[in-house]
Amino acid sequence: MNKIFFSFLILSFIFATSSEAQKYFTRDGNINFISDAVLEKIEAKNTNATSVLDAETGKLEFAVLVKAFQFEKALMQEHFNENYMESSKFPKAIFKGSIDNFEALDLSKSGTYEVTVVGKLSIHGETQPIKTKGSLKIDGENILASSVFSIQVEDYGIKIPSVVKDNVAKEVEIMVDLKYQPFKR
Amino acid sequence: MKNTFFTLCILICSFLNISAQEDDLLSLLGEEETTEYIDAAFKTNRVIHGHSIESTSEGVLDFKISHRFGMVNTGFHELFGLDNAMVRFGFDYGITDRLTVGVGRNSFRKIYDSFIKYKFLRQSKGQKNVPITAAWLTALDFQGTKNNPDPDGKASSRMAFTHQVILGSKISDGFSLQVMPTYVHRNLVDFNEKNDIIAFGIAARQKLSKWVAVTFEYYLTPGDQLPENKYSSFSFGFDIETGGHVFQLHFTNSTAMTNRGFITESTGDWADGGVHFGFNVSRVFTAKKRKN
Repeated sequence: MNKIFFSFLILSFIFATSSEAQKYFTRDGNINFISDAVLEKIEAKNTNATSVLDAETGKLEFAVLVKAFQFEKALMQEHFNENYMESSKFPKAIFKGSIDNFEALDLSKSGTYEVTVVGKLSIHGETQPIKTKGSLKIDGENILASSVFSIQVEDYGIKIPSVVKDNVAKEVEIMVDLKYQPFKR
Repeated sequence: MKNTFFTLCILICSFLNISAQEDDLLSLLGEEETTEYIDAAFKTNRVIHGHSIESTSEGVLDFKISHRFGMVNTGFHELFGLDNAMVRFGFDYGITDRLTVGVGRNSFRKIYDSFIKYKFLRQSKGQKNVPITAAWLTALDFQGTKNNPDPDGKASSRMAFTHQVILGSKISDGFSLQVMPTYVHRNLVDFNEKNDIIAFGIAARQKLSKWVAVTFEYYLTPGDQLPENKYSSFSFGFDIETGGHVFQLHFTNSTAMTNRGFITESTGDWADGGVHFGFNVSRVFTAKKRKN
């Protein structure tokens, strides 16, 4: 009987500690991208990126609804969803990774930290490894995160017809800018 | 024995607990249910002659140039109809994402046409699940020929009105279907014709690739509403999209491009080769940029 009680004690202890681990999240992160081609510069904005950062392990994850990208021109948005991203088939873009130099950071002190993020980016049903630089700024109890990196659309199985090769760039620059809040259960 | 069992239990539990967390941080936030509106059931706001459930986006001007050549059965002398062409120029404008207005000018009987179209239901899934898109269309045709077809010279005799409900659904990524119960009123008709015509339209689109689709459109006029020399409009064609243009190439038994003309006055008989080759070219301009 004692043993059972003891086991439950340990169990509850495990659950308790794990939920205390400090995590940060956002549901309204900004992820924008620019396609700068010869004839046309296309910009799109998404203000509903979801992300979670585990401040204990340095792991972080992002999810973005492809349909939530807003373009200046309605037709661009339609082509983006219908012809390039096939957003009804692949509704989300997801990143899962971690901060490479996490051991060297002390997030309890305020300041701005340069970080290297490595992980896997899944877009349009294709997953590719990504390594990029970014920064974390401790802002009171929140963490501001930002990063800029580029991807080749071809790597993600997105074909650009030759008719529009001067309108849509092969390399797209992605800008991430978000504010993490402490996650409370 | 009991001891080992419990220890094992704890181990498994703690392992599950940790692994669940490490695998998927995002699951902590839970799935936020959103409503996703289904767009682009058709490549443009026309299927062939008639309207599709699509409207012109807010602030977008859609310039359309359409041709219907002569009938194929006119033979080589007329180069299978290519020597003759009916032309329509038109502008459609999206006042909001749901409300579209448009005007056009047809060489056929010098008809000026105009319409107003309102999308009152949008197909969506997720939090709000709506299986169809629905729109209302009201259109006016005005015959601008020098000679009034009415011997009494009343201007109203040049007019015809169309009211239509368009109900459609993007059933899969590639396939869309719509039905269009339609009422056409012509103020002046020949002695053997009826002023009021009820028609049931059906139209579909099947994508062949990301940029090409095959379309069909049929306006059935049941019973003996049409005189013997007039036929229900039947058309099929291809939509080809390139950047800012949509090219629609088609074969049809209808000569006119306005509602009155193709729904109630199609003279071509498919069985007899009374078919026109035609095209619509749509080019969109963003007149008002969207706020981000």
